[in-house]
Amino acid sequence: MTALLRIEDVHVSFAAAGWLKALTSGSPRRIEAVAGVSLDIATAETFAVVGESGSGKTTLARAINGLVPVSAGSIAFDGRQLTGLSEAAMGAVRRQMSMIFQDPVGSLSPRLTVRAILAEPFHVHKMAGRDLESRIERLLGLVGLTADFAERYPHQLSGGQARRVGVARAITLEPKLVIADEPTAGLDVSVQGEVLNLLNELQARLGIAILIITHNLNVVRHVADRMAIMYLGRIVEEGPTETIFAAPRHPYTLALLSANPEPDPDAVIDRIELQGEVPSLLQRPAGCEFHTRCPWAAGRCRSEAPAVADLGGGRRFTCHFPRQG
Amino acid sequence: MSDRISDIAPAAQQRRSALIDGFWRVVRQPMGSLGLALVLVVIFGALFADVLSAYNPIKLAVRERFLPAGFEHLLGTDQLGRDLFSRVLHGARIALWVALVATSIGLAGGLVLGMAAGYGPRWLDSLLILFLDALRSFPTVMLALALVTLVGASLGAVVLVVVLATLPSYARVVRAQTMSLKDAEFVLSARSVGAPVSRILIKHILPNIIGPLLILVSMDIPVVITIEAGMSFLGLGVRPPTPSWGSILNDGFAFIRESPWPAIAGGLPIIVATLGFTFLGETLRDEFDPKLRREP
Amino acid sequence: MKHDSSSPVLEIRDLTVEFRTSRGGLKALRHVNLDVPRGEIMGIVGESGCGKSTLISAILGLLATNGAVTSGEIRFDGEDIVTMSAERLRALRGDRLSVVFQDPMTALNPVLTIGTQMTAIQYRTGRSGAEKERRAVDMLARVNIPDPASRLAQYPHQFSGGMRQRICIAMALIAEPDLLIADEPTTALDATLEVQVINLLKELQAEFGCSILFISHHLGVVAELCDRVAVMYAGEVVERGDVRDIFHHASHPYAMKLLQCDPGRIGTATRRLPTIPGDLPDLVDLPQGCIFRGRCDRAIARCVAEPPPEHRVGKAHWAACHVAEEAGP
Repeated sequence: MTALLRIEDVHVSFAAAGWLKALTSGSPRRIEAVAGVSLDIATAETFAVVGESGSGKTTLARAINGLVPVSAGSIAFDGRQLTGLSEAAMGAVRRQMSMIFQDPVGSLSPRLTVRAILAEPFHVHKMAGRDLESRIERLLGLVGLTADFAERYPHQLSGGQARRVGVARAITLEPKLVIADEPTAGLDVSVQGEVLNLLNELQARLGIAILIITHNLNVVRHVADRMAIMYLGRIVEEGPTETIFAAPRHPYTLALLSANPEPDPDAVIDRIELQGEVPSLLQRPAGCEFHTRCPWAAGRCRSEAPAVADLGGGRRFTCHFPRQG
Repeated sequence: MSDRISDIAPAAQQRRSALIDGFWRVVRQPMGSLGLALVLVVIFGALFADVLSAYNPIKLAVRERFLPAGFEHLLGTDQLGRDLFSRVLHGARIALWVALVATSIGLAGGLVLGMAAGYGPRWLDSLLILFLDALRSFPTVMLALALVTLVGASLGAVVLVVVLATLPSYARVVRAQTMSLKDAEFVLSARSVGAPVSRILIKHILPNIIGPLLILVSMDIPVVITIEAGMSFLGLGVRPPTPSWGSILNDGFAFIRESPWPAIAGGLPIIVATLGFTFLGETLRDEFDPKLRREP
Repeated sequence: MKHDSSSPVLEIRDLTVEFRTSRGGLKALRHVNLDVPRGEIMGIVGESGCGKSTLISAILGLLATNGAVTSGEIRFDGEDIVTMSAERLRALRGDRLSVVFQDPMTALNPVLTIGTQMTAIQYRTGRSGAEKERRAVDMLARVNIPDPASRLAQYPHQFSGGMRQRICIAMALIAEPDLLIADEPTTALDATLEVQVINLLKELQAEFGCSILFISHHLGVVAELCDRVAVMYAGEVVERGDVRDIFHHASHPYAMKLLQCDPGRIGTATRRLPTIPGDLPDLVDLPQGCIFRGRCDRAIARCVAEPPPEHRVGKAHWAACHVAEEAGP
């Protein structure tokens, strides 16, 4: 089965120091925000990429959507090579692939009404017909907003409402893939469920694949079929969601899971406290990049980068001494 | 995300026109009311110059020279017997015309160059900055002298000088604003929808930078009026007998021993217009500049 | 520090705060009752618009110019903050009452070194410069900043977010306050950093014995850290009690629903998460009766007619709900 989205060994790097500074201080010229990521997403599947700040997950999402250039590797979407496409050529691709951004209100153009925001994809792709108005109304209805919301401006919307408008905009042209960057960020717990339920419903109804970028493991469990965990621009563990929650292997995955305990004062929490902070991308640790914080790091971890262990069925991790979860 | 209670948008929306709301916010401030009143006086005078004054501003009547202000001639007459009030009113037309046309061209030019510099590739930005900085480093008077030598003294020359003097600062502001919005999430959203650069600039970036820019422009109008008056004063602007406040002031200066009224007639409208636009501009900025967020 | 060790360090009674807006008076806090016992950690849980930021501002005496306390009292160690003089309040702040804010990026002065900032806040003590520096190094070591002596000369931007937050905690505790107010101190941090900060707060609280008022929307952290909890909604404290009371025997419909919605609580994977439908009420044009009734699925006739007072549902457990009252403790 050919995957809808196939990412192979993608690298995204940014300029860090100029040549003079690099010469004098030894800092690297470029930093790699994404350092060799490969994954596949199938049609109508929900895939979650989990990571904290500095993991490169948002950069990866933007690279897939063509908003930042890829420095190496390939991205194939619906059989078509995306890397190296010009912005104009990406235009056609963007009919099939849309993105929901992190800031619910900030991702909506402040001076446009909701109607104008939802009409934009139609105008851009020259699909605005006479039934534009009814199509906008239908979109609003699909995301649970009444027709009068079309008149409002972004600053007149609550976080949850703005988020829904973002979702509506993402599905206007019935794409095959929706990339949702932190869809629950900035939303209250009582409202997060609304967005996630909506995404699930739309997937069932329209058959869209969803790539969710998030740091919230609790959310992932309820929406994703498969997931990958990123650290310093690389995937450290991936596989079916339930399997990872039941039996995580990589120490970082275990730490993340223990950082989100069940809210129960009597629960005995086997908290794994990681030492230190995420290393700077300018000074990537040698060997296994997680060894500086890993509670179980041994000699080998400091010098030798672990190979990818493939257990089959999409279950992979990179660790010399994986835990028995 | 804001969770201050005072920031949450209420469920029931009040639909008031932003324009009317803005009007009341300006008028609420005493400085704003005064500024608006003075500006309206100037505009009114310019629009109805022919109706308001009985006299032809350029018709000579040498026997009535240097008459003091009185019932017949509200501001007296100048050295050639022309009614000063009438000349002042017609001068208002020129002042406003320059203000309007020159700042519009400056604004348009500033927008185009600024957005190109801000959103385009870095080499274009460097090139434009070089050009704009070069332009900005010319003192206005020198610029005026140089241009007038090339194109001759005229209203057109005045407009050109004003445009070249103001364009760089508008372009810089536009460039800075564009650069800050370039990576804003709503711009990235528009790109991810497939919007081409032109659409992004016009529909997304422009409406969000025009506000502070208009305030800047309104605060520049007094400067523009002064440039026009100054150039005419120096003989580099409009040619006689066209009445410009600056040239009236110039003549008044020359003949101050014979009668103070030409000088007063030239200076007074400049003061009134400058004060009016300054007050109005400052009030607009205090009320509407998003950087000066205040509690109601 | 003379105080009666059994009385609460902070007692809030019937506190009402109103803001003047162009649309009228916005009642941001209404009849808030709260006690922070000495030497304990009190958690305040609530979502956007619940009034927790306003509550902090009121306690610190830092309400915006258009806000005012229209009734009630805030007793810090017996003295009422609302009627206190400005100098007295300033004397308390930073000495017996300190704060850690949400955003470590903006809480520190970017143009002063950490050392300067940490010695400057000790200005009230009569210590010598060297002594102040020693204490600063000491505190930095306590919050697990590696190699503290050399880091005093560094600027905030040279530290990461997690470290900056720890520095803020060090600064807040250097004066050994009676009450530390932590306003969402971990919201801006990653989950793994949050674990570090929470463990740090637990250790330091045990060591210093100060009380902590901990504001958060992260239920898991509140359950782990706090001894007592108050749940706020739209400007009111709807339920308060011991942490076990709240998490195991929640009585107010909002508190119950909030706990249900927390994804960490939902053991099995589900594709249909619970939510609380509806929106926050308008705080300028308050609805009649109970503030939550518009979104409550247990509302009865009485809920529309009269706002519920605090009703005791346990030994030290109150809920402002008519239905809870009628159900009995």
